[in-house]
Amino acid sequence: MNSPAIRRAAASGQLTAVVLFLPPALLLFTLFVVLPVGEAAWYSVYNWNGFGRPSNWIGLDNYRYVFETRAFGLALRNNFLIIAVSLAIQLPLAMTLAILLAEKFRGAVALRMLFFLPYVLAEVATGLIFSFVYDGDYGLVAAIWRFFGAEPPHLLASTQTSMLAILIVIVWKYFGFHMMLFIAALQGQDRNLVEAARIDGASRWQALRHVTLPLLYPTIRLSVFFAVVGSLQLFDLVMPLTRGGPADSSQTMVSFLYSHGVMRMRIGYGSAIGVILFLICVTFAATYKRWFMRDD
Amino acid sequence: MSIFKGSLLAAGAFALSTGVAAAQTTVKWLHLEVNPAQIKIWEEVARDFEAKNPGTKVEMQFLENESYKAKLPTLLQSNDRPHIIYSWAGGVLKAQIEAGVLQDITAQIADIKDTIAPAALAAFTRDGKTYGLPFAQSQVGFIYNKELMAKGGVDGTTIKTWDDLLGAVKKLKAAGVTPLTVGGGDKWPLHFYWTYLAVRQGGKAALEAALAGKDGGFESETYQKAGEYMKQLVDLQPFQNGFLGFKNPQSTGFFGDGKAAMSLVISTVYHQQKALAANKVGIPDDKLGFFDFPTVPGGKGAASDTLGGINGWLITKGAPKAAVDFVKHFVSKDVQSRLAGANFLIPVVKGADAGIGNAFMRNVAQNLARSGYHQNFYDQDLGPSVGRVVNDATAELAGGSMTPKQVAKAVQDAWKQGN
Repeated sequence: MNSPAIRRAAASGQLTAVVLFLPPALLLFTLFVVLPVGEAAWYSVYNWNGFGRPSNWIGLDNYRYVFETRAFGLALRNNFLIIAVSLAIQLPLAMTLAILLAEKFRGAVALRMLFFLPYVLAEVATGLIFSFVYDGDYGLVAAIWRFFGAEPPHLLASTQTSMLAILIVIVWKYFGFHMMLFIAALQGQDRNLVEAARIDGASRWQALRHVTLPLLYPTIRLSVFFAVVGSLQLFDLVMPLTRGGPADSSQTMVSFLYSHGVMRMRIGYGSAIGVILFLICVTFAATYKRWFMRDD
Repeated sequence: MSIFKGSLLAAGAFALSTGVAAAQTTVKWLHLEVNPAQIKIWEEVARDFEAKNPGTKVEMQFLENESYKAKLPTLLQSNDRPHIIYSWAGGVLKAQIEAGVLQDITAQIADIKDTIAPAALAAFTRDGKTYGLPFAQSQVGFIYNKELMAKGGVDGTTIKTWDDLLGAVKKLKAAGVTPLTVGGGDKWPLHFYWTYLAVRQGGKAALEAALAGKDGGFESETYQKAGEYMKQLVDLQPFQNGFLGFKNPQSTGFFGDGKAAMSLVISTVYHQQKALAANKVGIPDDKLGFFDFPTVPGGKGAASDTLGGINGWLITKGAPKAAVDFVKHFVSKDVQSRLAGANFLIPVVKGADAGIGNAFMRNVAQNLARSGYHQNFYDQDLGPSVGRVVNDATAELAGGSMTPKQVAKAVQDAWKQGN
């Protein structure tokens, strides 16, 4: 420790701030983040069912088992699918709606509320509602199919369509949230800039393309970040809809962890999945911040 | 400081002494039952017990089936664990015993031991030590709707062999009737097919050999055959549309609504199909039939062998003596007869089956009494990690994404990983 720096810090009151404010945050972070992750890493090298203390050391076998499980690959694929759909469909949809609804006109607020409502619903409730909607015998989807005289499909019961059905619910539920992000950003923008561009002869499209959109980049980056993190955390929507089935076709990383680790009392194996998930998250968060959000 | 400490100690001692003076013991009893009619009787049993044992209080706690399984390890290792817990015996019980979270009650139940069916009691006994008491048994078999069967020209009482069943399925399909309903989304209802076929094909010896790792373990001929027979059935597309998305209660309601002719179920579905039917009536007794799982050609298992559950109450470590007394009360002939009389369970206490109220449950009780080999559900017996793989793999076989060979291999691989 070099003393001049400390003296300088003390003089400016920074040291007091550090001494006062750092320990609580550090303590909480250690207790609730560092320790559990460390514990999971420790459990992950044991074959352990959760009773007593782990004693059967098996090295990295749990990791090998995870990589050998077909459900792991499916879960990873599904997480990427969710991200892809978020980027390709949800984000443009949310942004278009935001640009339309950021203007002041009669009904704008009501429409915003309407689009935001799905986000307010609890995930489990949403899942249950859609399990009724998708029901091939009594559901809304079945009724529509029958109206056209077709044999209604059981979307959630087929390995081909289960993930599609979940993706539709995800877009339906979260586009409102992303729309709100964009609306907030648009309303924070200096309107003079667009006006100036218009006076300089830019068309509406050009003003949108060259002024509004570039100003939205930080929000787009944030929205993408939320979409990815949301995909990695997705669990409570999947459980009431399909529980990851049939045949693991709609498993996400977290539902895979739950059904193959917790429900099977394979805590070591589950912890290995947890550690892998943690590494994916950390790698993503670090690189994303470094490459895309460094200016924010 | 020391004065403060002293007064604290005194206060603590006072609290303790008042506790002793009132002799208030609370027995925490964790159950999974969801049927209000049955819970009502259980509550009465608890109040009875409290009346007979002043100063004892029985506190009922409830957890939903799946969350119970997920929470149990944590729950059992906390200081606030329930004293009496629900159990399906088998592999989970084994893990609990090995972890030392259960209490050996052999001495305390010595006086009533002989009143209980030996096979059921044995399920809760390991190395001569008993850790809990059974209170009910069940049998898996086909329930059927006589009206719908008649539509396809099938008589349920004549289905004795696997080929009979396949023939019945074909006839029903030709008549436009859905032959079978199953809660494939929950997976375990599908594992009944594979495991019962294995019971019929190989008998008790096959499972014992597999557990000992002989003949390729679960890749032995018995399990390959079981898969092939199941595939014969699956290839006929016998199940309701979208069966892989149906949860078990949904499928039970589907049967209760009279939309499918047969279903392979646990005998307690007799009640549930009524409660879960849209009209709350379900299939009335005179239209409801039951036949045993058919035999397979050349099978080594006897036709009287049964697959089913054994349910019991376990006593956890550190539980008060009153907890054991309560469980003993629960499996007394009196209480068992009462529950059997209301057709809620097949009792495990000798003589209590005389009280069984109707023909359906009496038939199941007779089957169980005759059974020389009662196989516990595989997904319980093999423990949670292997058991769930059995469920997963058989569901995939039913969905057509796995071959019989792959199913056997998946189970064997899981068995090797876990042991």
